[in-house]
Amino acid sequence: MLDLTPKKITERTALRINPCKTCQPVGAMYAALGVHKCMPHSHGSQGCASFHRMYLSRHFKEPAVASTSSFTEGASVFGGGSNVKTAVKNVFDIYDPDIIAIHTTCLSETIGDDLNSYIMDMDIPEGKLVVHTNTPSYVGSHINGFFNMMCGFINYLTKKSGTPNGKTAIFPGFVNPGDMRELKRLATLMNVPFTMFPDTSGVMDAPMTGRFEMYPDGGTTVPEIAGLGDCGEILALGSITSIEPAELMKKKFKVPYTLLPLPIGVEATDRYIMELSRISKAEVPRELEEQRGQLIDILLDSNQYTHRKTVAIYGDPDTVVGLTALCLEMGMLPKYVITGTPKEEFTREVRALLERYGETDAVVKANTDLFELHQLIKNEPVDLLLGGSYGKAIAKAENIPLVRAGFPVLDRYVHSYLPLVGYTGMIRMVEHITNTLMDRQDADCADEDLEVVM
Amino acid sequence: MVRRQSILEERKKSIIDKASFCRGDGSGISCGKSSVSGAVSQRACMFSGARVVLNPITDAYHIIHGPIGCASYTWDIRGSLTSGSDTFRTSYSTDLRETDVIFGGEKKLEAAIDELVAQESAKLIFVYGTCIVGVIGDDIDAVCRRAEEKHGIRVIPVKASGFSGTKSQGYKLACDAIMQLVEPYKNIPKVKGINILGDFNLAGEMWIIKSYMKKLGIPVVSTVTGDASCESLLRMPSAQLNIVQCAGSSTYLATRMEEELGIPFIKVSFFGAEDTTNSLIRIAQALGDEAAVRKAVAFTTEEAEAAEAFLQAYRPKFEGKKAAIYVGGGFKAISLIKQFNEMGIETVVVGTQTGKEEDYEIIEHLVNENTVILDDANPSELEEFMLEKGANILVGGVKERPLAYKLGIAFCDHNHERKHALAGFEGIRNFTREVNLSINSPVWEYCR
Repeated sequence: MLDLTPKKITERTALRINPCKTCQPVGAMYAALGVHKCMPHSHGSQGCASFHRMYLSRHFKEPAVASTSSFTEGASVFGGGSNVKTAVKNVFDIYDPDIIAIHTTCLSETIGDDLNSYIMDMDIPEGKLVVHTNTPSYVGSHINGFFNMMCGFINYLTKKSGTPNGKTAIFPGFVNPGDMRELKRLATLMNVPFTMFPDTSGVMDAPMTGRFEMYPDGGTTVPEIAGLGDCGEILALGSITSIEPAELMKKKFKVPYTLLPLPIGVEATDRYIMELSRISKAEVPRELEEQRGQLIDILLDSNQYTHRKTVAIYGDPDTVVGLTALCLEMGMLPKYVITGTPKEEFTREVRALLERYGETDAVVKANTDLFELHQLIKNEPVDLLLGGSYGKAIAKAENIPLVRAGFPVLDRYVHSYLPLVGYTGMIRMVEHITNTLMDRQDADCADEDLEVVM
Repeated sequence: MVRRQSILEERKKSIIDKASFCRGDGSGISCGKSSVSGAVSQRACMFSGARVVLNPITDAYHIIHGPIGCASYTWDIRGSLTSGSDTFRTSYSTDLRETDVIFGGEKKLEAAIDELVAQESAKLIFVYGTCIVGVIGDDIDAVCRRAEEKHGIRVIPVKASGFSGTKSQGYKLACDAIMQLVEPYKNIPKVKGINILGDFNLAGEMWIIKSYMKKLGIPVVSTVTGDASCESLLRMPSAQLNIVQCAGSSTYLATRMEEELGIPFIKVSFFGAEDTTNSLIRIAQALGDEAAVRKAVAFTTEEAEAAEAFLQAYRPKFEGKKAAIYVGGGFKAISLIKQFNEMGIETVVVGTQTGKEEDYEIIEHLVNENTVILDDANPSELEEFMLEKGANILVGGVKERPLAYKLGIAFCDHNHERKHALAGFEGIRNFTREVNLSINSPVWEYCR
């Protein structure tokens, strides 16, 4: 069952098998959902919007609302101008968002629709806003879509009034709402006033209230996005995901940025906290010192079960970089580290990390797929898989335990509510990883070796 | 009264509220059209329609020719089970990049087919053209033809540019692809037996239907497409009769087979006791097989009685409960209304993504005066009508589940994510249990 993958690795240049990425628009849709009272709008065929909403719904177990231009044959010949104009009018009339965030698709990009001029020609109701970004599906991955949508918001909305607002902008990267909550908690504890952009907490992890809120309470507000230009600086988390919007902010508004890895693992979390401390001059509070101490204690306790265990890590580039650091800190041996996103910075960052730990044998690859990962594992197996749900087939076929982390996780619950980042996130991951390895030991060991105390 | 202001003017023609509005002029419901621009449609596209119908063919290779998204979103998305190969659960794509879009993707597609054939012993490949393939003008017919000659296997193009039609039109493309596959076998001699069309073996439902056929002594020649293989599909033209379960996706195929292969068809449904009973008897009758009719009557009488006894125990738990239905096809909606009636649950909202006019006519006759009927509904309409009509449970698909839960309404997936077989007499028990578990979950105590 599920074991059709040949062991022999043949070179493929044209055929992608079992992708480890998806297309830009879904990333753009997710970013737009992190803006308060925003309707993400897909300028393409209606299938695109439907697929992205389904994908997001399956990961977050939440409604993901977005509208579509519903391209027809005619639109694809004469351009989608009239479709998007009708769409914007209808969306404001019926769904009444504050802002519509349009992203393009492979179709509208290929026929050359010029959203700038379409938006200029639109009758936009007083007090309402329409922004757009270009997200050609044939460039990059959903990660590009995410940062392109951020750039779209910044280009349309952000201003520099000249009066500093005393805030730090935090770009969280492509992470779950649970991560965004933890990043905000840390910033608050470190006494740093901030704007997080985008912020899907309160939107994609909204509580059950007995009503369907098309626009839940969460999300970065339009005035907050406008005010990004008056922020003192930017903490751009996830160097691959956040560099472009950070560069844009620097170029347009002279707001300096510090590029940090996603705060996954002890060291990356330390760095995030030290940066926050640099900004606010605040001492690290006892609460955080205590939590960090607990984490180290846990690492010591569990170390013997994780040390030198081999792991294959796959998923989105910044998340995988973070998870690689986390595994190394746990004494594990990342053997295969891959992403589907075509970004060579990824391999450089992962290699640099591995080298610091003296690990140089790992296979590190961007722009590859889960089929190749499976083939690698068939040739030399690992003790653990770490990544999204689509690794499930490999786990089953090779009888390797899988710990789910990253995007997408379609077959488990609660993951999006809780963080990977911060000391909290690492404590959570240490529990998951160690318990998974120990469950495996219990299940596999001979009866006489079964131990109650471990 | 409904909060009418939240309904788009263009959408009013697609909603029937028998009691109060939108209709009465005898014009019928407006359906089968593209979604209104700006609508938060629950619908997918032409590509999606073709992809979901062909996906369950277990030993077929499906290459999605386009940027990666269309392959990612349709990778192993249907819970179709297989008794043979599980090739269909692997995702293949050309992952088109910018240079391919500029210079054309034909070469890459050709290379992708070569790489696939070099690696696997493929007998049948479907090549799906997505939106931009239609726009950049790749001649995938020619690529597929050349690949067939080069490799001596079947390589069938499915030109499914998303913009060129609705999901239902995508179903037709899939049916055409199947006809293209069986074309060389059109004149094979007839044998005793039927084809089962429009069941996708979700949660093993095809196996339930096949087991019934076995009980009735009716051989199954081929299934389309649940648990089908390339080989079984090629036998398809030899059947005496086609039975069509998912009418929305497969009536067109049945019609083509009737015209071109002389195989008559009947529409059936295996959802609920009434429809399952009728369907089994009608299949036996259509074959003119007296013995099978007797067996069908005996079998269904016994099973229906057992189902009735089972339902009796549950009816008190459902007293006063109301259901909303939002599913893909009209025929399924019709069965579900009947099934809810059998369970003692009134259907107060019913909608479909791709229902036809004649489906909506039947629905109108089945439901009570104050039931709302919608075509291609969006979340706000569903919310509005479910709350207004006091629905306790929604039956729908993946995008509707979180919506229902947010409203404090129970949910049962009757789509790709169904957890248990819902067809046949087994399905009555599963469906009833699932509806009960959701409607009477302790979680609701904390919501209200």
